[in-house]
Amino acid sequence: MSGHNESILREPLITGKNITYAQITDDILLPVENKPNRAWWIGFIIALCGATLWVVAVSYTFWFGIGSWGLNKTVGWAWDITGFVWWVGIGHAGTLISAVLLLFRQNWRNSINRSAEAMTIFAVICAATYVVSHMGRPWLAYWVLPLPNQFGSLWVNFNSPLVWDMFAISTYFSVSLLFWYTGLLPDIATIRDRAVGMRKKVYTVLSFGWAGNVKTWQRFEAVSLILAGISTPLVLSVHTIVSMDFATSVIPGWHTTIFPPYFVAGAIFSGFAMVLTLLLVARKVLGLENYITMFHIESMNKIIILTGSIVGVAYLTEFFIAWYSGSEYEQYAFINRSTGPYWWAYWMMMTCNVISPQLLWFKKIRTSIAATWILSIVVNIGMWFERFVIIVTSLHRDYLPSSWAMFYPTWVDVSVFVGSIGVFFTLFLLFLRVLPSIAIAEVKLLLKSASEQSKMELIKDGHLDKEQVAEYIESLDKFDSVKQEEYAKI
Amino acid sequence: MSNIKYILGSFGDPDEMMHGIDKLQENNIKIHDVYTPMPIHGIEAKLGVKRSRLDIAAFFFGITGTMTMLTGVYLATTVDWPINIGGKTHFALPDFIPITFELTILFCAFGLVGSYYASTHLFPGRAPRVMDLRATDDRFIIAIDAKQNTEHTKIDELLKGAGALEVKHNERKYISYE
Repeated sequence: MSGHNESILREPLITGKNITYAQITDDILLPVENKPNRAWWIGFIIALCGATLWVVAVSYTFWFGIGSWGLNKTVGWAWDITGFVWWVGIGHAGTLISAVLLLFRQNWRNSINRSAEAMTIFAVICAATYVVSHMGRPWLAYWVLPLPNQFGSLWVNFNSPLVWDMFAISTYFSVSLLFWYTGLLPDIATIRDRAVGMRKKVYTVLSFGWAGNVKTWQRFEAVSLILAGISTPLVLSVHTIVSMDFATSVIPGWHTTIFPPYFVAGAIFSGFAMVLTLLLVARKVLGLENYITMFHIESMNKIIILTGSIVGVAYLTEFFIAWYSGSEYEQYAFINRSTGPYWWAYWMMMTCNVISPQLLWFKKIRTSIAATWILSIVVNIGMWFERFVIIVTSLHRDYLPSSWAMFYPTWVDVSVFVGSIGVFFTLFLLFLRVLPSIAIAEVKLLLKSASEQSKMELIKDGHLDKEQVAEYIESLDKFDSVKQEEYAKI
Repeated sequence: MSNIKYILGSFGDPDEMMHGIDKLQENNIKIHDVYTPMPIHGIEAKLGVKRSRLDIAAFFFGITGTMTMLTGVYLATTVDWPINIGGKTHFALPDFIPITFELTILFCAFGLVGSYYASTHLFPGRAPRVMDLRATDDRFIIAIDAKQNTEHTKIDELLKGAGALEVKHNERKYISYE
């Protein structure tokens, strides 16, 4: 904290002038302590319409059964599992930011971890709803648990990846929730100590009596670190196990050993894209430009290039191995994928996931908010198509040409998917209104060391290498929240 | 004897607060506790807060999870209802590694967070023991028990000298109690 300063070469994590601890609290709690603005209401009403559509479509499924979906004898798994894997994948960025980046001491995580973790939780909720609605008889959902019963006891099949998946997803959800809520306690206490009346009562209960004394903070940090340590292998295991739903089967196009790392990279890729989609809008609407800076956006874009390229290499490796294996069924599955009736889905996936993210190598593009936002949505579309391609194109032409078929979604399939996006946004928008969207305490930690104003002080003091200062000022060019004129004066 | 129970030194800067702690300790004034809006590193050593043993607890909770799953799966697949799957062993360990890992993490996380809440007395609905409402916002509060340390003017001077923006003499311990 004291004694030494951060290198001037590091770009600031908080920009703006006259930022104080009180200012940080005020800025971040602005949406929580005030009535929502028009942009929030418009977004919320649209999201709520989507959520209503979801309720209608899922109720319809429960009433009439899975037959209301477009599945047929050949393609027995389609938009349902596509949506499930897509949502689970999106969830991965939150844990990556909160756990992996904590272990690597990446301080830029501090201002994006809270909303990314919330996103994880909401995405996993959306994923879980797919599982439950696919059961057909959701009131028997507890049958997936290894509970003693009066059929024997007849146990679940512990050898099945679907059972592993149940363990993985439920562990992932509950551990993410613990991590998120424990991190929220100090910030809820901040809201509590500023509130009056009923609000104060509610936030008092939610704050668990947090007071911020030395021992609690010290243990808090220990808990965060251990949770980060166990969440890191957890997040890798979750998508590994999701990929095993496919990889342990004997369907050509599915039973490949490359699936676990390829799915994990894809999950992080799509998760960061969703974080960008949400945060670029949130930072503008909530006025958080000083806390979610261009440095954060650029860093996330760099992770997107990396994971997008890993995914690209995986696509090519799959193709190569299909040829190299000499298995004609495997070869056919891949040739059919890229040139068969679903060629458009395959090339949609290739374009959105492999080709267009390469544009982020250009600094102009990865530091442009509009371009980043569009590319993040393109990645989300591409990642949905990836799952669709893996699932439907592998199934639709099986060993018997007489049973070859195409998959056509019904209005229920489409509504469950579109509706789940509505559910996700409804939850996210409610979160922005009732809880701080940025970890207040963690951002305060950065104020004295990594903020633009503290670095400005250092420059004014002199004693710094002139070249390094010049490089630092040049790096501020891309920030939309920094005024270069201020530096011209020095 | 006055009715003052606690003297609070309210600092606007964590480094000045650390300086204040040093000053008080040099003068043998015992600090009751320190309340801050964010974690301050190095403060626990000054106040003699012992090293956390939560990591040890987490390890044992994790091991409990591992054992629970292995035992449970053994009982289900080998003792209670063995199924012959192509003549393979009933207790097919590699198949059970993913779920054993998941249960290890689950037990570890819940045990760890549960122990943390228990040891720092955090639970839903607990009345917050707040001495200064700004301690969760922008102030770093050093609390000194006024009954034990009777040289109040000296304490005030030390706190002011270290850079305290405000020194409060509270007649109640926790202002958050109604």
